Amino acid sequence: MNRSTFAIAACLSATLLVGAISLAHAKPVNYQLPDETAELKPGEHLDVVQGNCTACHSPDYIKTQPQGPSFKKSFWQAEVTKMIKVYGAPIEDADVAKIVDYLSTNY
Amino acid sequence: MITRRTVWQGSVAMLGGAALGSGFLTRAFAADTITLPFENGERPLVNYPQKRAMIGLTSRPPQLETPFSVFNENVITPNDAFFVRYHLADIPYDLDPATFSLEIKGKVDKPKKLSLADIKKMPSTELVAVNQCSGNSRGFLMPRVAGGQLANGAMGNARWKGVTLKSVLEAAGVQAGAKQVVFAGMDGPISDKTPDFAKALDIDHARDGEVMLAYAMNGADLPFLNGFPLRLVVPGYYGTYWVKHLNEITVVDNVFDGFWMKSAYRIPDTEDNSVPPGTAPKATIPINKFTVRSFITNVVDGAKVKANADTMLKGIAFDSGSGIKDVSVSTDGGQTWSATKLGKDLGKYSFREWQTAVKLSTGDHELKVRATSNEGKTQPLQPLWNPAGYLRNVVETVRVTAA
Repeated sequence: MNRSTFAIAACLSATLLVGAISLAHAKPVNYQLPDETAELKPGEHLDVVQGNCTACHSPDYIKTQPQGPSFKKSFWQAEVTKMIKVYGAPIEDADVAKIVDYLSTNY
Repeated sequence: MITRRTVWQGSVAMLGGAALGSGFLTRAFAADTITLPFENGERPLVNYPQKRAMIGLTSRPPQLETPFSVFNENVITPNDAFFVRYHLADIPYDLDPATFSLEIKGKVDKPKKLSLADIKKMPSTELVAVNQCSGNSRGFLMPRVAGGQLANGAMGNARWKGVTLKSVLEAAGVQAGAKQVVFAGMDGPISDKTPDFAKALDIDHARDGEVMLAYAMNGADLPFLNGFPLRLVVPGYYGTYWVKHLNEITVVDNVFDGFWMKSAYRIPDTEDNSVPPGTAPKATIPINKFTVRSFITNVVDGAKVKANADTMLKGIAFDSGSGIKDVSVSTDGGQTWSATKLGKDLGKYSFREWQTAVKLSTGDHELKVRATSNEGKTQPLQPLWNPAGYLRNVVETVRVTAA
């Protein structure tokens, strides 16, 4: 066997080997999530909230939180602060009050 | 006796989101929406690949709660109904099991990279065990707290198959001075400023022969959203330790201080791990073992039953692994209790079924269920509280009307 024949044979057996391995194992998963359906309520500063919050999580994280008089400004201020300090959300100082206003007005 | 019609209505109502133990009637709206029995509890019923219709908490990252009626169908929770909880949205949706590998590194003599095939060649072990989210039932807390607002469906019981963590650590040769083992999965944060998810167990716990690297669940591959192709199983411990898509095990000679151990998933360092509602603990420790719990699964809150005839009650109980010694029920709001008959023992980490018959006089009744573990722990009649909403195990109450 000359060198090029050997190379072809090696390639062929490598191809067969890869084929055998992929037959022996499951295929790559390619898991498909359904489309996101939750939407934020319309309101002042919605654009700021969308620009800052929904890169990392869907809006249902916001809308499923407890609601009512005890869950207004101080609650949302604490949540936004947590997102910045704990989870490293790159929110500009000027946007923080707008986000807290939107959340405590609409949720 | 519950008539067939009542049971049917009950199961529809439960599909409608009844989490037993609330004082509210559960309302079923359109088929694709359910309302959990607490304020702001409306949720979509969602369909994901490999899953039946589940209660959708969040979509990115996905968090799915099991409809409570599932727990009345079988002591084993089917894979397609098992709850899903992620923290971070960069999830390896395209992962290839043929190229997947698990790395064992750190304070070991022989660092290893194992393929899935390597792991499946090792001697396997099987165990029935409950997995439960730390925040299961958080939506019932009073006062309410921030976090995933779950009813009672962030738990499940499965037969796990895999290899013991002990055998993998032995093969790698743990060095003297090792203190903890750190676990990380393929899922990660969107922003590199967000702490990546990693959890740690003490070295003796990691080598106890029960902690498992599982590749199968109820006789099938793990569903993708439950950690395919490999996840940690930590029997008796809350789900936060059951790292999914597990691909990195690091033996360390210190106490791991990553965010998800040091700052998150902490419980008060008090005798019952609670503090007065609305207050902050002085000191905290990492969350660890399950509290003991029990549920009535076949009668939904608000159900109508026949007066002065046998009403069959059945349900499940579990603890952190001492096993269930007794499940008792009360039909008078907790004044008197009577023992129930326990079902087949599938192992100390499994749900334990129970059943009994009660006779109810005409009128309204509060049915309560309370389990006691072999180590003597039981459930409080009044809920305990902690700021993160973990460990809930109050005696559950189902209100019925007998006529």
